[in-house]
Formats: sequence, structure tokens, C-alpha cells
Amino acid sequence: MKNKIMATALILCIICCTFTGCSSQRSNGDNVLTVFNYSEYLDPQMLSKFTKETGIEIKYEEATTPEEMYTKYTSGAISYDLLCTSDYMVNRLIDEGQCQSVDFSSMENFGNIDPKFMAESESFDPGNKYSLPYFWGTVGILYNTKKVSAPVDSWNVLFDGQYSGQIIMQDSMRDSFMVALKYLGYSLNTTDKNQIEEAAELLKAQKKDVESYLVDEARDEVVAENAVMAVVYSGEAYLGNQYNPDLQYAIPKEGSNLWIDSWVVTKNCKNMENAQKFLDFLCREDVAEANFEYIYYSTPNKTVVDNMDEEIKSNVAVVPTEESIDHCEVYQTLDNETLELYNTLWKELKSE
Amino acid sequence: MIGKVLGRIYIGLVLVLLYAPIMVLILLSFNNSRSRVVWNGFTLNWYRSLFENDAIMNAFGTTIGLAAASALIASIIGLFAAIGMYAMRKKDYKTFMFFTDIPLLNADIVTGIALMLWMVRFMPLGFSSVLLSHITFNIPYVILSILPKLETTDIRQFEAARDLGAGNLYAFVKVVLPDLMPGILAGFFLSATMSMDDFVITYFTKGPGVNTLSTLIYGEIRKGIKPEMYALSSILFLMVLIILIIANHSAKENNGYEK
Amino acid sequence: MNRKKIQILSIPYLIWIIGFTLIPLVFVVSKALVTPDDRLTADNLTAIFDSVHRKALITSLEVAFISSLICILISYPAALIIRSFRIKNRKAMIFVMILPMWMNFILRILAIQMLLSKNGIINHLLSILGLGQIEIINTTFAIILGTVYDYLPYMLLPVLNCVLAIPDDIVEASKDLGANRYTVLTRILLPLSLSGIGSGITMVFVPSMTEFVIANILGGGKILLLGNIIEQEFSVTMNWNLGSGLSVALMIFVLVSTLLFGRDSGADRGYVI
Repeated sequence: MKNKIMATALILCIICCTFTGCSSQRSNGDNVLTVFNYSEYLDPQMLSKFTKETGIEIKYEEATTPEEMYTKYTSGAISYDLLCTSDYMVNRLIDEGQCQSVDFSSMENFGNIDPKFMAESESFDPGNKYSLPYFWGTVGILYNTKKVSAPVDSWNVLFDGQYSGQIIMQDSMRDSFMVALKYLGYSLNTTDKNQIEEAAELLKAQKKDVESYLVDEARDEVVAENAVMAVVYSGEAYLGNQYNPDLQYAIPKEGSNLWIDSWVVTKNCKNMENAQKFLDFLCREDVAEANFEYIYYSTPNKTVVDNMDEEIKSNVAVVPTEESIDHCEVYQTLDNETLELYNTLWKELKSE
Repeated sequence: MIGKVLGRIYIGLVLVLLYAPIMVLILLSFNNSRSRVVWNGFTLNWYRSLFENDAIMNAFGTTIGLAAASALIASIIGLFAAIGMYAMRKKDYKTFMFFTDIPLLNADIVTGIALMLWMVRFMPLGFSSVLLSHITFNIPYVILSILPKLETTDIRQFEAARDLGAGNLYAFVKVVLPDLMPGILAGFFLSATMSMDDFVITYFTKGPGVNTLSTLIYGEIRKGIKPEMYALSSILFLMVLIILIIANHSAKENNGYEK
Repeated sequence: MNRKKIQILSIPYLIWIIGFTLIPLVFVVSKALVTPDDRLTADNLTAIFDSVHRKALITSLEVAFISSLICILISYPAALIIRSFRIKNRKAMIFVMILPMWMNFILRILAIQMLLSKNGIINHLLSILGLGQIEIINTTFAIILGTVYDYLPYMLLPVLNCVLAIPDDIVEASKDLGANRYTVLTRILLPLSLSGIGSGITMVFVPSMTEFVIANILGGGKILLLGNIIEQEFSVTMNWNLGSGLSVALMIFVLVSTLLFGRDSGADRGYVI
């Protein structure tokens, strides 16, 4: 027995040594950028185009949620240079000192970005030092005009029980609470315990009317007419309408969430010049247009909006009007106490 | 006779259950619409565009390589482990069994993150880190497939072979191994399929630029699965089917030979 | 034959266990035993008894138990029937059973959703035939159905392996000695295939406890299983400590129950080698 243990220990040592021996140098070469983006959020042809034009190679990684990104980023397993993520996560990364400030004004094509979105970005990136808006949009109701008689203009339609068993809510904590908070007339960034609990009660009462809580598949379910309406991101609405022309998108009058996905340069990035070249490239008209046509999310790029067909331009899901986003707010990071309350209430709701 | 017919019907029903969703997916690969819930006529376009899609073809290569390599290595380690465990005292055996259960027991996401945190310390994440993780969760499947076989193997044959002058290795290869072969094969195939199917662990242990079909598909749920993916799955399915038919055919010939 | 010598064959696996199971496990346990600000605590482990988590645990147990049971009920008769096939057909059957698993898991679950959903394929067929509609999507039953579908091959294979390995002579002998079909089944076939069923249970019951994709897609997000909660703690709430704690608690729970009831079939075999 003793011999066996000794042998094992010996082999283990050898293995450990060989592994540490071939330990990596993880730093990127001079002309490589490691880019982390949401999945299906950029036309892959643009990456090769960038490499062709600048000689800078791109290592491209994708994730589906900001939390996944955060986990992979903070583990340090991969040293990312550029990250595209959502407003509140940008906020968090900035607060934790993970971002480098970028001199946007020196970028040739920065002027293409509508200053309106830089102003909106101030809520999570005060002073616009770190983040560059990439896509934006709203959260609203995608509904089937054949099954819903009156035009939808309020969150009310989700709570009055008229469409019991035919509603799809977002399977995401903040988006679902946002709906209830806005319906009750509160801010979606509220930290008032009573308001949040009131919203939770409302959602619990609503659960019996809900067909399902989905994230990604919600659009397909409404297209297939398994449900009459769903809370979706505006980008999904455009495609939903393409597949089933009876579908309409509405931003309720009580207001909703306005989200902005932005690029930041992480503190790991050694070559700011290259990173800026990449950001500048994304702002360029032809590139922004290609990316827009790849996914049909709202773009903050003025030149792209100006060149759109009238038909697309008038689609509120692609280009929200000023008044429709009048009452919309951008998410801010919640303090830990509020977040914990959210978590508890959300789990209670889901396990009901 | 009636029993035989009923038996066939029963097997038929099980097969319907197993194959109905597969048929749906194959049907989707011919659907002339990007949405999976709208039927818009028949097309072969996705099969054409599939081969022009570098991302999918690359991921396909990675997936197959990963499945084959991890299943092979897991089968070898698992076979030795199972035989060794079989010879153990009850207590040691149980301890080993306990640790064999752990990768099965842990939520994938826990295994994935734990492996990532650990491997980052001594190697760059990339293909090899995913391979190591896949081998880790595959070995238990191999062991669990081989152990029942070992228990029904008649060990006296092995001893008889040795009494007749065969060496340990020779007796093992000639006598025990053929008996274990179905178990090993089952373990190998299970491992390969587990590896093909895994998303979570792959996601956390992979390096930049490495993609498997699962990680691609998972990313696509959000914006809608690309129909090329259905086409690829159907081709893959057909390929495996053909391989199996050939294997079965040649096995039949072998049988005839022995007789 | 020297037993010790044979045991040495397990050493590569032992090393693998230490390197890729134990050490990562230590990471998980060490996360489970502290609070997010690194104070020692047992709260993350006992959290499994909180009302929400307990409820999810019970639902998960239900789903896993019923699914395993259905899997056995489907697999065992199937294995016995396949046993009566000619040898070459037997081999073909094994591969036919494993073949569906070569379609990606997520795609298969999405396909089931399309079959079961309100406007789905089954309901279309039913309405063409003039029959009623099924409404099982987004219920626990749908999750069980999906779990059974997904894990059936993992039960079929070991059971089949075991049943096919029972020598015909034994069955013939017992028949010659006057055993009827029922006795052959209960006294000969079942006891000899217990180890296969045991393996099958481990391969079905245990992973289905931590599974979350099936519940998300087929349960419509309305039913929370423990797997969903653990996944959420890691990927949404980012409370890794609670997530680790819950999964360690689950692990202890399942390990204890397998040690108590589980694979004991091999225990009384003595030392054969």
C-alpha cells in the first residue's frame, strides 16, 4: 500500500512539473486584438475586412449574457482587449476600475455617433470617458394584431387578465420587474423596498396568466401563435414582423427600459492605438450599416439612420420615435441590498 | 408468435418516441424560412450554404476531433480503471465509485467554472483545456458501462487460459477483452455523444476562437438557430447511420466466417 | 492471480481523479464555506432547506425519480424483447437506440417543444384527426417527458448490456427445472440485471437533478428546479458562494442516498480475481 502511495505521489509530481513547465505566456502579440461580444452581434465579414485593411488580427469570442461575460472576463482566463456589453455591466466594470478611458474625439468617424446617445450613456458612464455606444433599443410588447382587438399602448394589457394564458414574460429578473415597476408608475431604478415589493406582488398575481417566461425563444413563440403577446427586446420585434406580418411592436406609454450596448477597452489592453482603430472602424458608415443589416437592432449611428429605407425608418422597433422613448429609462447598477431583495423576490415568484 | 409481434410493436413504439424529434429537425433542414416555426416550402439551400459557412465548418471539425479524442482517451483510462476497481476490496471500490460519481453529480456549471479556475493556473485555455475537461466527465460513463460487463464476465475462462500457459496480457486480450468489448464500445459511444452534446463545460474551459457546434448553437438560440445547423445535424445523423449500417454489415460477414 | 497487481491499473485514473476532480472540487467546497466577503459560514450549505430551495429540491427529486422510473419501465421490457432477437439484430438495435443522441441536445429539446406546444405538430395532427388537444407544454409533465426522452438511451444501454450478457444456459436450465416465465423473470433475469439498472439509475437520476435547459425550455420558465437555481446563482445573480453551497449540499444529498440504496449489487461478489 505504501509503495502505491509513493508511486502515485511521484507521478503526480512529474505531471505537475511538466504542466507548470509548459506554462503559458498569455500576452497577445503586437498585432492581435482579443474581442468579446454578444453572440450574433456583428457581421463576421467585417472582422476579416478589418484585418485586411489594418493588418490587425482579431481573436473573436462571444457570450450570450452580460453576466457570462463578466464571469469569463474576471476569471482572467483570457485577456480580452475590447468588450461589448450592456449599460449596467459597463457601469460595474467602470466602478471596478476595469476600463481604460478612450479619447473618442480623436477618432475620425466618431462624429457619426448621434450625441443623443452619448448623453444617455452619461447615466452609466459619467463624462463619456469609457464607453462607445454600439447598438441600442427598447423593451416593449410584441403582439398579434389578429388576436388583440385594440392597439396595445399600455402595460395594462399584461395585467388585466384579458389574455390569460397567452402572455410571455421575460425570463430575466430586471426586465420582468421593470414591467411591473413602470406599470405602477415607479422608476425602474428604484431602491424603495415597498415599491419593489409591490411590484413583486403584482407579478405573483400575474403568474397564473403567464403562458411562459422565456428569453430568447419568446419571439418564435409569438410567431408560431403559441402566445398572443410577449415582452421582447425591440430588435426581436423587427424579425418577428418579418416572419409573421400580423405582429406589431409597441412601447407602452408608461415608459420602459432603454438599453444601450457599448464598447469598452479593458485595462488589459496593451495597444490602445489598435483598439481605437477597431472602434473607429465600427463607427464607419459602411461597417455600421453592414452590422445593422446583419441584426436589425437600433443603431446610434446617424449616417446609417439617414440612409435607411423609409419603410424601415418608420418602424418603431428599429428607429424608436422621440415621444415613444420619452418615459424610458436606462438601467443603473443596483446596490447590493436592493439586488438581494430582487433576487429573493424573483426566486419566490419563479418557484410559486 | 403473438408475443413476438407484440414485442416488435413495443420496440417500434420506443423507436417512434426516440425518433419523432429527429424527424422534426430533419424536416426543418428543408424549410425555406429562417424561422423554425414557419413552414415556407421545400429547399436545399441550407445544404449549399452550409459548406460556405466557415464558422460552422470549423466548429464541426473541432467537435468531431474533440469527441473522438476525448472518448478514446477516456475509454483507455476507464477500461484500466474499471478492471483495477473490480479487483479492489469493497471499501476501496466504494471510494473509487464515490469519486466516479462526482463529475456526474456536480451541476455542469459548477464543474465548468471549477475546472476553468484550476486550469488557468497552469495552462492557456484552448483546445487542450476543453479536451482535458471532456475526458474528465467522460471517464465515469466508460467505467459505468464496463463494470456491469465485468461482473457478468466468467473469470474462470481467464484463469483457465492462464493455466494452459497463456501470459497475463495474452489471456486478457484473447479472453477477457472480447467479453468486455460491448461495454467498452458502449462507453466509447456514450463518451463521444456526451462530448458532442456538452455546452456548459466547454463554454467555460474553451479559449478564444475555439468553438464547438454546441457553443455555436447556444449562441444562436437568442437570434434564432441558423437553418444551416439543422442541415449539418441531418448530414451528421445520416453519416453515423451509414457507418452503423456498414459496421453491421461487415459484422454479419464476420459472423458467417466464424461459423 | 495477484489482486494488487491488477489494482495498479487504476492508478492513471486515480491521478486523473486527483488532478481534475478533487482539486476543482476543493475550489467549489472552499467557495461554499465562505460568504462573498470571505468569512467562514455554513449558511450556503444549509440554504438548501430555505422554503424556496426546498420546494425546488422536492420538485427536482420528483422529476428525477419519476423520469428514472419511466426510463426503467420502458428500457427493461425493451431489453428483454431485444434479447429474443437474433445476435446480429441485437447489435443493430443497440446502435439504433444510441443514434438519436448524435443530434445536438438543445436542438432535440427545441424539437420536442415544437411537437408539444399549443400550436404544435402533435396538436395539428390531433385536430386533423378530429381529436381533442393536448395541453402539456409548460408543465412539470412536459419536463418529465423531455427528461425521459433525453436520458432514455443512458438507461437503455447499461440495461441492455447487462440483459444481453445473461447466458442462455441459465435461463434454459431454470425452465428445464420447471420454472415458469414469471419465475424466470423474477428469480433469474431481474437479479442478474440489477447492476445494469443500477448504472442506468446513476446515469439518469443524478444528471437530471442538475439539469436546467430542459426545465427552461419545456417548463416555460414557470417551474424552478434546483439545477435552475444553481445555474442562476452562477450566471445571473453571480453569488458563486451560494451556488457552490447549494451544489455541494445537493452532492452530499445524492451521494448519501446512493451509498444507502445504490449500487450494492457488486458488494457481495467477493473477490473473484
